[in-house]
Amino acid sequence: MALSKRHPAALFAVLAVALGTTGAAYAAVSSQTAPKAAVQTETQVEQGKQLFLEGCSSCHGLAAQGASDGPSLLGVGAASVDFQVGTGRMPLAAPGVQAMPKMPSYNEEETAALAAYIATLGAGPGIPTAEMLDTTDAELALGGELFRTNCAQCHGASGVGGALSEGRKAPSLMNSDAKYLYEAMVSGPQAMPVFADSTLSVEDKKHIIAYVTELQKNESPGGFSLGRQGPVTEGLFIFVVGLGVLIVAAVWIGAKAK
Amino acid sequence: MSTTEESIQAPAHAAPTTKGGAVGYYIDDRLASASFTKRLVDKVFPDHWSFMLGEVALYSFIILLLSGTYLTLFFNPSMTEVIYNGSYVPLKGVKMSEAYSSTLAISFDVRGGLLMRQIHHWAALFFTAAVSVHLLRVFFTGAFRKPREINWVIGTLLLVLALLEGFSGYSLPDDLLSGTGLRIAQGIIQAIPLVGTYVAMFLFGGEFPGTDIMPRLYSIHILLIPGILLALITVHLIMVFYQKHTQFPGPGRTESNVVGFRLFPIYMAKAGGFFFVVFGITVLIAALVTINPVWLYGPYTPSQVTAGSQPDWYIGWLDGAVRLMPNLESNLFGYTFSWNILVPALVIPGIMFTALGLYPWIEAWATGDKREHHLLDRPRNAPTRTGLGVMALSFYMILVISGGNDIIASAFNLSINQITWTFRFLLFVIPPLAFVLTKRICLGLQRRDNDKLLHGYETGRILRLPNGEFIEIHEPIGEAEKAKLLAKADVVPMELPSAVDANGVRNPKAAKSIARAKLSQWFYSDVIPTPTDEEMRAAAEHAAHELHEAESHLKEISQH
Repeated sequence: MALSKRHPAALFAVLAVALGTTGAAYAAVSSQTAPKAAVQTETQVEQGKQLFLEGCSSCHGLAAQGASDGPSLLGVGAASVDFQVGTGRMPLAAPGVQAMPKMPSYNEEETAALAAYIATLGAGPGIPTAEMLDTTDAELALGGELFRTNCAQCHGASGVGGALSEGRKAPSLMNSDAKYLYEAMVSGPQAMPVFADSTLSVEDKKHIIAYVTELQKNESPGGFSLGRQGPVTEGLFIFVVGLGVLIVAAVWIGAKAK
Repeated sequence: MSTTEESIQAPAHAAPTTKGGAVGYYIDDRLASASFTKRLVDKVFPDHWSFMLGEVALYSFIILLLSGTYLTLFFNPSMTEVIYNGSYVPLKGVKMSEAYSSTLAISFDVRGGLLMRQIHHWAALFFTAAVSVHLLRVFFTGAFRKPREINWVIGTLLLVLALLEGFSGYSLPDDLLSGTGLRIAQGIIQAIPLVGTYVAMFLFGGEFPGTDIMPRLYSIHILLIPGILLALITVHLIMVFYQKHTQFPGPGRTESNVVGFRLFPIYMAKAGGFFFVVFGITVLIAALVTINPVWLYGPYTPSQVTAGSQPDWYIGWLDGAVRLMPNLESNLFGYTFSWNILVPALVIPGIMFTALGLYPWIEAWATGDKREHHLLDRPRNAPTRTGLGVMALSFYMILVISGGNDIIASAFNLSINQITWTFRFLLFVIPPLAFVLTKRICLGLQRRDNDKLLHGYETGRILRLPNGEFIEIHEPIGEAEKAKLLAKADVVPMELPSAVDANGVRNPKAAKSIARAKLSQWFYSDVIPTPTDEEMRAAAEHAAHELHEAESHLKEISQH
């Protein structure tokens, strides 16, 4: 049949897609592991403007002033751009109440260029430096207190995320980079409030990041953690596994009588 | 006042011949326990796996007593503030109550402490789960009918106490979850009209949370409720012992006997073995699976709350009811009535537990059934009761699921508002549907049973007759199954009394009995009568004839 016969170019197409995906994944991983200090040069800003006009302006407006489909980006700062674009939330995969993270569409250099361009439009929080993310002197216990006071009501005390109204959600923090944690706090993406330095100082943010990093180790001294979802999964477990096993045992003991 | 006389009789026996006999006589001379023990070990219990659900509850209660005792050796129910300095690094230096810090100490610094905590908590989930499923078994098989109504009420009390006991235990560690739960409980108490605020103040010794509630809850949790539970469980078992256990219908089983095995040695071995199975599974789960990781939640502070705050599963239906209730509040005569809390947390459970406890009398009144029952109903043979049970169960299940609406929303990327609205409607739509569907399924199963009695079971052997017709050979069912199917008691609904008496005068008392007769007719509507002997004989003859014909056809074919 004609359908089952592969086109001679199919092999190359598959190879190209595979190489492209691998390359993109590598770029994404390497950009997360080695954040370079963004150097704002004129050419970078120019490149960012070009990228913005091509990929973002249809929703955010030609001057980033905002439109019916997207908010104004004036004064959101480089941190916001780096978070939204770097985690793949922007450009949106689909319109909806919540921008979901996905594979980033821009590489590290392009993201930096976009951030540099948006930063020139109005003053806003910048991308944290390596020193701002250095948690070696952070206090874990204090971080926990700050986390439970400021973050746990949405992200959960164990950081696995939670539901917000109308389909919005506070995402799990279990795989979030320190840089993105910091940027989220200063830029307040989507439903999240902004935790400016006047609310949570740079030091406080370090304590929180240290505590979340500790949670991310996912140490579970009591055995399987059941996803840290709390009593709901525990109840499900006791009925499905616990009582299930005991009923099988009861049937077995009852059947032996015959 | 005159005194009465009672004679003293020493147990009479011959001289012992063996050493064991001597020990036995020694004990019997002092306790006179031989005849009682003999009756005890000779007690006959019927066999069915579902009769062991109550045993699971009993055994997990024993596990709770044992593991709980261990925990009391290290737990300190005090609200005194301390700075944590134990082994769990992420909380080092945090201010917390002694209750929470001693729970952390049990988890990280006491030998075997975390395992014991997890055994205790998993056993609590087991206990409540087993109690609930045992209740369903008793309900759906009609084991609550005369003469066991009182024991049904005791069972209902045990369920309520188990929920209170579980909730008080959940509140003791004083972590963020338990404090949030207590806060909700306090809110519910405050919602009681007129007296709520006072009761809450008395219970908590002032404003929430205060320092009195922990030691009070502790006494309630380790002394008061377990004591009542233990006493009621004992009465519950003694009544099972004296009234004898019910049994499913089967060959040789009647309303006036119990067919099964004696307590000794068969049931001692079975029940004893099953105890170790329950204990073993509980310890295995506790050793492998985390429950209530209090160290992640942190100490309770009224200013904090965590997403995904949930009660343990057995309180989940109340939480769900509160989550579903629209936000209604009114101000009458200068008092605030919080219908949003009052209705879901007090009125609905009040109605549910009252209906549950009174159900044996409700059914007996509606059906006019005053007979004693020792043979269980197969659920299909009481379609209206089974339908009502599934209706109540579906109502309860929707409440339980609603209690986890936020977890469902975040796990499946749904809108929590849409989930809540959906369940608000389903709460009223599903239960009546469940009633009708269950009743129809039961009646269908009854017809199938009748079909088996009349035409036997399908053998799967298909014959093609010379005229091209296909027939399946049916064989008569075995005697054991026949006895089981024939045990269905056909009931006749009450007849509608006349609204006027013999003289044509309106009887004012008739309205009540008419209502009752109508209820009875509704309860027994669509009854499918068990085939009579006559019908079965006719059907058997017909079947034999058909088989004979088929066989002669077969013979013909083989001769050609």
